[in-house]
Amino acid sequence: MSAPESACAAALATASMEVMTGNDAAATAAKLARVQVIAAYPITPQSPVVEQLSAWVESGELPAEFVTVESEHSALTVCIAASTVGARTFTATSANGLAYMTEQVWWAAGARLPIVMCIANRAMAAPWNVLNDQQDSMSVRDAGWVQLYCRDNQEILDTTLQAYRIAERLHVPVMVCYDGFLLSHTMMPVSVPDAAVIDAWLPKYDHPLTVVDPADPRNIGPVVIADPRADASGEGHGGYMEIRAQLHGALLEVLDVIPKVDSEYGAAVGRQWGGLLWEHMLDDAEVVLVAAGSLGTQLTVAAEKLREEGVKAGVLGIRAYRPFPVAALRGKLAGRKLALVYDKALAYGYEGPICSDLRGCLLGTPDAPAVFGAVCGLGGRDVPVDQLAGAARRALADAEAGLRVRETDWINLHLEG
Amino acid sequence: MSTTKNGQEISMSRPSVGEAGRTGDWRNDRPVMDATKCLAVKQGRLTCQICWVYCPDGCIAQGIGPVIDLAYCKGCGICAQECPAGAISMEPEADHGTCAIDAATAEEAGR
Repeated sequence: MSAPESACAAALATASMEVMTGNDAAATAAKLARVQVIAAYPITPQSPVVEQLSAWVESGELPAEFVTVESEHSALTVCIAASTVGARTFTATSANGLAYMTEQVWWAAGARLPIVMCIANRAMAAPWNVLNDQQDSMSVRDAGWVQLYCRDNQEILDTTLQAYRIAERLHVPVMVCYDGFLLSHTMMPVSVPDAAVIDAWLPKYDHPLTVVDPADPRNIGPVVIADPRADASGEGHGGYMEIRAQLHGALLEVLDVIPKVDSEYGAAVGRQWGGLLWEHMLDDAEVVLVAAGSLGTQLTVAAEKLREEGVKAGVLGIRAYRPFPVAALRGKLAGRKLALVYDKALAYGYEGPICSDLRGCLLGTPDAPAVFGAVCGLGGRDVPVDQLAGAARRALADAEAGLRVRETDWINLHLEG
Repeated sequence: MSTTKNGQEISMSRPSVGEAGRTGDWRNDRPVMDATKCLAVKQGRLTCQICWVYCPDGCIAQGIGPVIDLAYCKGCGICAQECPAGAISMEPEADHGTCAIDAATAEEAGR
């Protein structure tokens, strides 16, 4: 976190410091965003987010419609319908709940609806496990949503607010991902901006792409054929590929919008988070440890430990995973010796998703480092700092031995004994 | 064809005749109305119209009696099923010779 010099001192002065969980930070952000429709189904570790929001709706503190539903599929469907007619919507889920709503995850993106959904990251069954990894959100990385990963509870609150501005500017849905239990159920001090500051920064959403006018009715979301065609009134309409290409274009534009919104938030509220990426001791680093979420915070301790041993280590944190910040990553990693990617997820039968993406985006670029992968923390497996540092030592030894490709390293795995 | 840019970001259209495309020549059975049995015709006023309500493709126009637009009818038979007077029957297309495709449909099919 860094406070820009132009930080709005008044905003910081009117903020209140509270101690809260990551889930409460997410709920507080939704309340500050004055969401109009909330629909969610409870699942560990997300449940407290919607419990808190439903309590506020019940007490009248949050004048929103809270729709209780029988499943996550319906939760997102309610948000889709509400967003289609121009409401600001919020939902949250985890793991199997996200998997259950997957069909509608794709719909929300293809229909260009600026829904914000918090994901308290949790492992996918089987076997059943409610603890943290990032397999759930990684599994829908290609659905056309923006994905932002948070390091701590303050970043959850700030990022959820930023998410609305990003989503509504380009009509794309945004997932705000934070590690289950590690953040969702851990209490931390969080500065809560004054509602008036956020009201001024995040005005009412009033420009849906859909036309909702009984006097000028529309078919919303009719089937499209493969090719562009003229409709019955002679107006040209894109086919599936034209609509999809525009979604992709909007996501690429998000790469410019995320840092802008982060800096606009910094000017209004007094905090910003690095935009697409964040870094720690990166300037002269030869060995760069890469991760998304709270794992990155642990890596800063591992990097400091490695520095004490004389290894020039630094951390590059992925804040925006989708869209993938290709140019920013190339810029940050050119000329380094090694990038070691720590994934809390796995593309089964291949390797960690961030590792694959990073190697792909660096391939063929000048001065690209060797890119190695390590998988850790699946299903809540502890990720001790000394083991993170140990993986970096092994990777560095491999790189210095001239290896450019290598098997994925599994951290803290005990198949025997 | 229109020269309008295909720039709409989402799938959205104005409801209008033919917006979902013409049926073409694949319909197996067509609805045929016996006007002498139609309640609206018999009473000489705009009544019943249940076929118009139920047609899932909106290709029946209200009237005394209602008019079925075969260019868009898929031959699902719901109108025949729902008609309380039994005025609509489903008849095989083959009984009507070659499929009754109008000029515009024939031209489109021949593209």
